[in-house]
Amino acid sequence: MQRIINFILHYRTTFLYGFLLLVSLIFTIRSHSYHQSKYFNSSRWISGSIYNTTSGITSYFNLSKENKRLSDENEKLRSLLFNMAEDTALAPYQRTDFDVIQAKITKNSYASPRNYITINKGETDGLAQDMGVITSKGILGIVENTSNNYATVQSILNTKSNINAKIKHTNYFGSLIWDAKRYDVVQLTDIPRLVPVHVGDTIVTGAMSSIFPENIPIGVIKKYNLNEAQSFYNVDIQLFNDMANLKQVYVIKNRNRTEILELEKRTNDAQ
Amino acid sequence: MLSNPIILTAFRFILLVLAQVLLFNHLNFLNFVNPLVYVLFFYWYPIRENRAVFLLISFLLGLAIDLFSDTLALHTMACVTLAYVRPIIMRFCFGANFDFQNFTFKNSTRVQRFTFLFLLIIVQHTLYYSLEILSLSHFILLVKKIIFTSLLTFVICVLLSSLFAIENE
Repeated sequence: MQRIINFILHYRTTFLYGFLLLVSLIFTIRSHSYHQSKYFNSSRWISGSIYNTTSGITSYFNLSKENKRLSDENEKLRSLLFNMAEDTALAPYQRTDFDVIQAKITKNSYASPRNYITINKGETDGLAQDMGVITSKGILGIVENTSNNYATVQSILNTKSNINAKIKHTNYFGSLIWDAKRYDVVQLTDIPRLVPVHVGDTIVTGAMSSIFPENIPIGVIKKYNLNEAQSFYNVDIQLFNDMANLKQVYVIKNRNRTEILELEKRTNDAQ
Repeated sequence: MLSNPIILTAFRFILLVLAQVLLFNHLNFLNFVNPLVYVLFFYWYPIRENRAVFLLISFLLGLAIDLFSDTLALHTMACVTLAYVRPIIMRFCFGANFDFQNFTFKNSTRVQRFTFLFLLIIVQHTLYYSLEILSLSHFILLVKKIIFTSLLTFVICVLLSSLFAIENE
């Protein structure tokens, strides 16, 4: 017994090291296996409020660019509005499936293989996990964690990200992933060989997910080649968004999401 | 006030965490180089440390940075390991002198100190980026990240350490 105690005392640093490593390993595995950790992330109030303060200072540097972007978007929306057929504009009641909530990015990251973005809206503004996030130019990511006033967004530049996407004006869809190599290029996989693919084709979100509405722009095809099995294309997509320079984002809330999920769950359970 | 080692360490801890998460994490030099300057903490920490306390402080340092960077426990693992192997690196750099009771940074040469700093950085970056990518298919990317980031971190750390040179240690 004496010897065991002596042994432990002699190697106490090693034991402490092993213990601390184990704790961090558990944290990592838990955050890798499904979602990012619920308690330790940058949407918590201390990190959230520090990021909010600094972004309040730095946001002034890009004001003119941001202004230009917003007025460009307004111009596009105006032209859409003026060219709309009159009867749809004056429809007596409209069924709206999606709510839009605007938010600002307080922390952006694009250099690591798993990037998360922090935004300054949280549960009090109606945000919840698995809502889509877009900018005026295109898709950005999915809300992963929320606190009262902040939320973290899993960027499309994240190796865990997997989003349904399709070639515009067709119904050929695949999944959008990222190979962690370049911050302006993402990959679309599972496009069958038979599909006519051309460089320059636009890629938009597909209708298969209840997170994003259909036809939100993602990017254009940069290059493509067949995968090892020669049956599917691996397509490189040049993003519309400049992921290094983002400020204003929109969070999309699908009102029917709970209903869709419930229905899907019931169907799966019945099988 | 700053002559008290505990306050000095706490001061460095907070400043390094803030510098790392607010400044250097967003540097994105060449779009992927974000130097991990908090390695300086391990360079500056007193030599005659209580190893258990040092391990715990390193754990907290890593956790604080992870919390801000949304990289849960990657920095923590790298930090704890670095704290554990620091005596080995020190013995390697300062040789037999290190075992004498009156050894301080002052009576080591500049080359020795910079070797020590460089080894700390290499170990830290290799650990962190391997854990971050965690796949062999990105080997080239991993090596590229380790080399470029280590070099930039080394340059910045040398500048910072000479800027805040320790006078009375």
